[in-house]
Amino acid sequence: MTAQHTGTALLAAAGVEGSNPVLNIGIFGGFVILTLAIVVRVSRRANRGAADFYTAGGGFSGQQNGIAISGDYLSAASFLGIAGAIALNGYDGFLYSVGFLVAWLIALLLVAELLRNTGRYTMGDVLAFRMRQRPVRAAAATSTLTVSFFYLLAQMAGAGGLVALLLDITSKPGQAVVIAIVGAVMIAYVLIGGMRGTSWVQIIKAVLLIAGAGVMTVWVLGLYGFNLSALLGDAVAHGGKAGEALLNPGKQYGKTGVSRIDFISLALALVLGTAGLPHVLMRFYTVPTAKEARSSVVWAIWLIGIFYLFTLVLGYGAGAIVGPDEIKKAPGAANSAAPLLAYALGGTVLLGIIAAVAFATILAVVAGLTITASASFAHDIYANVIKRGKVDGKDEEVKVARITAVVIGIVAILGGILANGQNIAFLVALAFAVAASANLPTILYSLFWRRFNTSGALWSIYGGLGITVLLIVFSPVVSGKPIDPATGRSPSMLQGVDFSWFPLDNPGLVSIPLSFLLGYLGTVLGKDRADQGKYAEMEVRSLTGVGAERSTAH
Amino acid sequence: MSTAESAAGRPPMEAADWETVQAGPEFQELRHRLRSVVFPITGGFLAWYLVYVLMCSYAPAFMAIKLAGNVNVGLVFGLLQFVSTFGITTWYVRYANRRLDPLAGTLRDELEGDRA
Repeated sequence: MTAQHTGTALLAAAGVEGSNPVLNIGIFGGFVILTLAIVVRVSRRANRGAADFYTAGGGFSGQQNGIAISGDYLSAASFLGIAGAIALNGYDGFLYSVGFLVAWLIALLLVAELLRNTGRYTMGDVLAFRMRQRPVRAAAATSTLTVSFFYLLAQMAGAGGLVALLLDITSKPGQAVVIAIVGAVMIAYVLIGGMRGTSWVQIIKAVLLIAGAGVMTVWVLGLYGFNLSALLGDAVAHGGKAGEALLNPGKQYGKTGVSRIDFISLALALVLGTAGLPHVLMRFYTVPTAKEARSSVVWAIWLIGIFYLFTLVLGYGAGAIVGPDEIKKAPGAANSAAPLLAYALGGTVLLGIIAAVAFATILAVVAGLTITASASFAHDIYANVIKRGKVDGKDEEVKVARITAVVIGIVAILGGILANGQNIAFLVALAFAVAASANLPTILYSLFWRRFNTSGALWSIYGGLGITVLLIVFSPVVSGKPIDPATGRSPSMLQGVDFSWFPLDNPGLVSIPLSFLLGYLGTVLGKDRADQGKYAEMEVRSLTGVGAERSTAH
Repeated sequence: MSTAESAAGRPPMEAADWETVQAGPEFQELRHRLRSVVFPITGGFLAWYLVYVLMCSYAPAFMAIKLAGNVNVGLVFGLLQFVSTFGITTWYVRYANRRLDPLAGTLRDELEGDRA
């Protein structure tokens, strides 16, 4: 998200000073070998059915799943991006953390438990419960694949930038090789381990990331006698003329009336998007009961919240100890704030550990996205839309899911290589906006509104998706931002053209209310009537857990 | 969702049966206990978050007032969002354990027992 303001294009310079690429690669290689060994080990016990591949048979505990959720959710953008944004833009970087955390209350109160009781593998399951199977599954899969693809592409392209930053590989072909290796390892995780293996990768990564950030946080605070005010004061002192502004909101978003509204639009997408992200939704199926799903979210909220408190200290710490001028000069600018701070604190070794953790983060997140997208294609599109639910034997669907995972992996590698160095960080914002617009209204209506029907679901998904993509295409992030005199380039994705007419970078303020409205209008105006018997069944099941799929792992 | 899997060997519930359960007093009580809590809290924390976002956008001078040392209103306001999120989470889990889970469990046992 925050990488939007850093621009991976700047990463073509040399690596971070003090970085030892061999050590970085060594630690990262150790992580890959360790996790692959665990993935192979846990998948030996697997019974290889669809339930095992998609959701680990619902066999995780709430605690395990909560840690895995935080591993899935805390992407490199939330670690490197937010710490960097706080170091350079001060308070405005912190605003992301608040939105990303508060969002989880929607998952806790409205979505996680009821979703667990009414579906098995995908978002499409919940919608298909009481509506016409084929159209709503096709719609749910379209939106799932779109969100996952945007998110995946942003992560893979970010990997290219991280390579330059941490491994000192500056040539484009060299970066392409590393992107391909990241993609290949990710495919291996998914193929060998399915959801079980992927979850363990996310658990290990979450523990390393949160522990690493925690050690650095205590270290930084220790240097200031555990006095937050002293740390803030030092960040201001090193911030130069604009130093004092670091403590106040508005340095980044308060410039004009439009940028203020844009910020509100972003804040809406952050808070409403999380509970509609397909890879987050799917994680609620990996536990045996609604109670465990609730416990997962509780664990996730505490871990994610504590992590964002760490990034607040790390961001201001980087500003105080490294200084904004050093950070801006480094390759990757804002993204290098946390690695530079690690080097300043613990030298080459700590930098190597943090670099490896950042890489592990990308791996775990892309693996989670890939398994979600492949499940949606195999379960919703192939098994239920194409084969109309008549799949020959349980293995066939899993086979399709595996093939899909390989295809998605290859597309992600190629997309990542092509997008490397392009300014496409807005894709993550787009993914959140689509999730908040197309998915969340549909899920909430489906769970809570008796009259909601197939037309309403189709209107809100396709309408929300269409409006969001349309507004982004004609927004300043794609074309028409004035040229920045410092870089000589427009911050827009396309240079030298301007076909933008929508004034905001973030479409949420318009697209989210419109999607809710479309879901309502489609329901009221559509010819089909909601099936009251099916709604009764869905409501009773969702609240009581009657007949919900139990754990298959013993 | 196939009812057949969970109710193997038992007659599956008909649509009318589900509607009877749904209309029954126990289920209505469970539904009320859930909705009367999650809807107002959701409205509340979204409003609280929007106040925060709007204050950051339109009242930066107020947010910049220093409270203790370099700690200003904005930082405290932001940290209070963390506190309220943790607080709501803890409260809801206690509520669900006491008021939702026992009733849901009773209903579930009744329904699954019916089909034995």
